Amino acid sequence: MSDTNVQRRQFLKTSVGAVAVAIAPGMLLFDMAHGKSEEVSSKVRWGMLIDTANCADGCNDCVTACNKENGLSGGLSPTDSQWIRKVELKDMRSGRTSSLPMMCQHCENPPCVDVCPTGSSFKRADGIVLVDKHLCIGCRYCMMACPYKARSFVHEPLHDQKPDVPRGKGTVESCTMCVHRVDKGQQPACAEACPNKSILFGNLNDPDSEISKKIRSVASIQVRADLGLNTGIRYQGL
Amino acid sequence: MASHSPQRFKNRLYYSLVAASGLIVLMGLYAAHMMELHGHIITGMNNQIVWGVPHVFAIFLIIAASGVLNVSSIGSVFNKPAYKARAPLAGLLSIAMLAGGLTVLMLDLGRPERIIVAATNYNLTSVFAWNILLYSGMFAAVVVYLWTMMEKRMNSWSKPAGFLVFIWRFVLTTGTGVIFSFLVARQAFGTAILPPMFIVISFAWGMAVFHIVQSSIYAWNNKSLDEYVQKRMRNLMGVFVIAALYFVATYHLTNLYFARQAEFERFILVDGGVYPLMFWVGYVVIGNLLPLLLIYHPAFGKTRSVIVASLFIILGGFSLLYMLIIGGQAFPLSIFPGYEASSSFGDGAIGLYYPSLPEILLGVGGVGISFLITAIGIRVLDFVPREIPRSP
Amino acid sequence: MAKLIALLVALCCCASAGATESYGMPKVDIGKGGQCVKDPQWMRKNHMHLLFEQRDKTVHKGIRDEKFSLKNCIECHASTKDNSVIGRSDSFCEGCHRYEAVKIDCFECHSSKRSSAMAQKEH
Repeated sequence: MSDTNVQRRQFLKTSVGAVAVAIAPGMLLFDMAHGKSEEVSSKVRWGMLIDTANCADGCNDCVTACNKENGLSGGLSPTDSQWIRKVELKDMRSGRTSSLPMMCQHCENPPCVDVCPTGSSFKRADGIVLVDKHLCIGCRYCMMACPYKARSFVHEPLHDQKPDVPRGKGTVESCTMCVHRVDKGQQPACAEACPNKSILFGNLNDPDSEISKKIRSVASIQVRADLGLNTGIRYQGL
Repeated sequence: MASHSPQRFKNRLYYSLVAASGLIVLMGLYAAHMMELHGHIITGMNNQIVWGVPHVFAIFLIIAASGVLNVSSIGSVFNKPAYKARAPLAGLLSIAMLAGGLTVLMLDLGRPERIIVAATNYNLTSVFAWNILLYSGMFAAVVVYLWTMMEKRMNSWSKPAGFLVFIWRFVLTTGTGVIFSFLVARQAFGTAILPPMFIVISFAWGMAVFHIVQSSIYAWNNKSLDEYVQKRMRNLMGVFVIAALYFVATYHLTNLYFARQAEFERFILVDGGVYPLMFWVGYVVIGNLLPLLLIYHPAFGKTRSVIVASLFIILGGFSLLYMLIIGGQAFPLSIFPGYEASSSFGDGAIGLYYPSLPEILLGVGGVGISFLITAIGIRVLDFVPREIPRSP
Repeated sequence: MAKLIALLVALCCCASAGATESYGMPKVDIGKGGQCVKDPQWMRKNHMHLLFEQRDKTVHKGIRDEKFSLKNCIECHASTKDNSVIGRSDSFCEGCHRYEAVKIDCFECHSSKRSSAMAQKEH
């Protein structure tokens, strides 16, 4: 074949390839971005794998991102809501230090759901544990029951809530795994914001998802696994 | 004219008691209103200590409400006539204290206006949901029981009604105990000893409240309590106090045996500040040793000793609940066993709590409600214990 | 006596007959207005039931139907003056609710502001 034809052939192959690469994500995401008119199912279980070895000491980007996304004040007084926090750990025997972000662990057997009198604290079919603020009477029993101190109580009237994140005085709240983002096909704000990509978010029920593959290959634990709650958040490097 | 004075004194006393307790109730309601308006930020409660002084008052009232019915159970179920004569008063006290305790609990909710939601949406794995049914059923059961005792034609039904109430209050107090028992993650709770402990403690606190109310009624009506009856009731209270102390001791001794609980026990019994103080001084000394001395020592044991002993037992009860409920929350969760943790959210740190005025007013308001119901009940209906001679 | 009762009954009938028309109805600022997802009279009668059922579908089942999203209702109906549905006495929600003396609980938690305006403010 003549040189020009070979070049044309190459050009066509490359451009079709480029166009395909450009369109493909859009075609995949199109379904998710269209809004959700079917209910979520337990075929999916959302979870996170957090790499504590890569979690930088003194870095608070996940906390800042969560606060910004969800309209939290960012205050640190005992009555301020904290949906995610950085915990500094020191092994009492070896002296080794580490840090990690701690948030609602989205357990499979959540104690908070068991104790809620109105059923306001509930687990969605896709594994995300939420508080239905319409039903919450503010009894704080879930806060007593949570082994991870994940929940906060809103102690004062709130203003200027984010439109996607309703929050109000007298109800209990906690990390929603950015359910308003997840439902649009996005990642939770903390996972997106981590500069070291230490928070990996994905579908635990899909054996081919990045998170499932990583959990199969690296050692990770659930915090307080002895309680038998089967949390959706796993930590590696502890 | 002389015959009018006791009546006038009684009238004046009644109206002043109603006015005083009414004022206390109003103050409590005002505190609740402030809490609803401004949120819990005006209280001492925070994200570490989520249940504060109102819960201490409410749980005391609810446990005592269950325990005071012992007096009527011993009458109806165990057939002791001296107690049977006192059963209606015990029933009234139970209703009054239950009402007071539940009001405090409901007004302390973050959204008290959503009581209807609580009454119409039940999560049956939740003890709280069960308790809503148990507590309301308790009211109904006690009302029916009172009716069978006070309506002559229904007297034959008082035994089965008494039995129902007896069973119901065991279930109810167990329900109160498992609120804490079911909290697996908290080192202070998550133990099966709490329900039986609450049941036996309810006997002691219920008797103490009954003694105070009975003695006051007798004093203000110029009656005197038969010595034999007083001795039996007093000794019974002593037995209950000892039994309750046994349960509390067992609770601590078991905890002390587990290495992983040692730090918590050291906090609650030795270096936790206000909590060891509440336990040793408030509960053990004032709530147990002094009352037992007043009850059993031959130099004491008369009416005044009994009243003082009862007051001490009640104070001890509040101290125990403060140590258990608030101290149990102040000790941090063991999220990472084997690690020292610290964070911006109080991980690894002892929670700080200072009772605030709205909380205290709300709690005391609950006591006021109980007082008001009792005072009006005694005035309006035939609740004053009848004198029945000691049966042969 | 009978005449008095007859007169009162007649007045009540007139009042109820006139109720569905603009007799004494509050003036509300319908914001951007235009075509609502349902017709106004249906909405007047049923919006509370719609909200009551839709909120469970969205929160518990994750069904986020754009047609019945509260955020989208506010997007259209928030006043163009202050971007709120409860800011003034004639705001879209506030106007009728004040007239009917029914307290609105929603906006203790939900944002009452037009989200596109708020997003613009941030950027």
